[in-house]
Amino acid sequence: MIEVKDIHKWFGGTEILNGISTSFNEGKTNLIIGRSGSGKTVLLKCLLGLYTPDNGTISYDGKIYSELSNDQKRNLRAEMGMVFQGSALFDSMTIAENVMFPLRMFTKQSKSEMQDRVDFVLKRVNLADAHSKMPSEASGGMQKRVAIARAIVNKPKYLFCDEPNSGLDPYTAILIDNLIQEITEEYNITTVINSHDMNSVMEIGEKIVFLIDGSKAWEGSKETIFKTDNKAVTDFVYSSELFKKVRKMYIEENE
Amino acid sequence: MTYLHNIGAYFLMIAEMFRKPTKWSVMKTLILKDIDDLIIGSLGIVAFISFFVGGVVTIQTALNINNPLIPKYLVGFATRQSVILEFAPTFISIIMAGKVGSFITSSIGTMRVTEQIDALEVMGINSLNYLVFPKFIAMLLYPFAISIAMFLGILGGMAACVYGGFSSLDDFITGVQLDFTPFHLTYAFIKTFVFAFLLATIPSFYGYYMKGGALEVGKASTTAFVWTSVMIILFNYILTQLLLS
Repeated sequence: MIEVKDIHKWFGGTEILNGISTSFNEGKTNLIIGRSGSGKTVLLKCLLGLYTPDNGTISYDGKIYSELSNDQKRNLRAEMGMVFQGSALFDSMTIAENVMFPLRMFTKQSKSEMQDRVDFVLKRVNLADAHSKMPSEASGGMQKRVAIARAIVNKPKYLFCDEPNSGLDPYTAILIDNLIQEITEEYNITTVINSHDMNSVMEIGEKIVFLIDGSKAWEGSKETIFKTDNKAVTDFVYSSELFKKVRKMYIEENE
Repeated sequence: MTYLHNIGAYFLMIAEMFRKPTKWSVMKTLILKDIDDLIIGSLGIVAFISFFVGGVVTIQTALNINNPLIPKYLVGFATRQSVILEFAPTFISIIMAGKVGSFITSSIGTMRVTEQIDALEVMGINSLNYLVFPKFIAMLLYPFAISIAMFLGILGGMAACVYGGFSSLDDFITGVQLDFTPFHLTYAFIKTFVFAFLLATIPSFYGYYMKGGALEVGKASTTAFVWTSVMIILFNYILTQLLLS
């Protein structure tokens, strides 16, 4: 479990995160949602250790990140997997080499063991025949799946995804969402997804944290988000006519 | 203040580059790749420029020595001195600041823009050691490229001199061998090692710490070239003052 307590982060004179406290549960798909500029990416980068919060603490299974030694931080990071918004695949490596990279860096496995693991995870993300392709030869959806494969190849305890389905067609976006949720349950990973895709919220949001201007405005789940009266949440989530209808139907069905 | 901040950040980058080393099996591959990209890949342009600039140096020297009291073999002597002392180590390093420096800045800068450096950091990898250290090690072979530049510069001078009819082959060779001071080679290679360090680290600094998108990658490459050239010229003066005066 990841616990965030009273996180503040300033850039220059601007406060980007303003005292956020929440927790992200093990084996669950946790979503951070909010409008562009609400601080989602900064919060995610604080969770990853890429940004240091100016105030507050982040703890991983009870261990406060800022109190860890450099070696302990490095070991903790080796337990994290990250899917970046632009996939961030190493473009000088083939897809198989990209996926094998964390194994080469952090394990003492033989080449055949690493190859078996790469074959397994690429098959798991439905890319069994893409080993020798370069990232530039893969479509956006394929690149996202390779990024997921790379993130899970070393069996992480924590998986972070920054807008994993942005720029994808609705069908591929749902495939990616479902894949992340299946992997989360299968490996009991603590998954944190940064998104403003409402399909993701409705489909996989087992825990949802809603941010406005760097502050937590609401938290709940995909079930409670239908019932909430929080105006900021309803204005954001049900901004389209389609989602207004979906919400109405859900409430009518459950009355 | 920005300059002071950049100087401080540069030295911190150098210190960080040597910390938390990457696994040797991975580092070995990176070093070999960088040797191929930075040194082997530059030999063609180094050879071409050295040969023809050596020729130009010889022709200009020969054309300016029109006093009949000055012996013809001085053309070979002047060519050797120009090529070994200045042209090969310094002029070629300025060219390399453009070729190798731009490559380093743009490749690391693109990795920054596309979040590949963040990906390395998230995995718990010291990205500076992973990205910059192999380039530093690869550039230790830079004196090899400069040796070729020295040889081809003098060879180009010899060809221009003989085929241009400025002096005989014997005169040119006599001049090349005249009053040879081995320390001049030592001086040239000390400069080369310093320039190699600058060529590996300054472009890496501008690529690693760049912010923005594709346009800024281009700007960072230009800035890296300018500052690498400035530092090469500056260190050239300092080392010449220290070692030769």
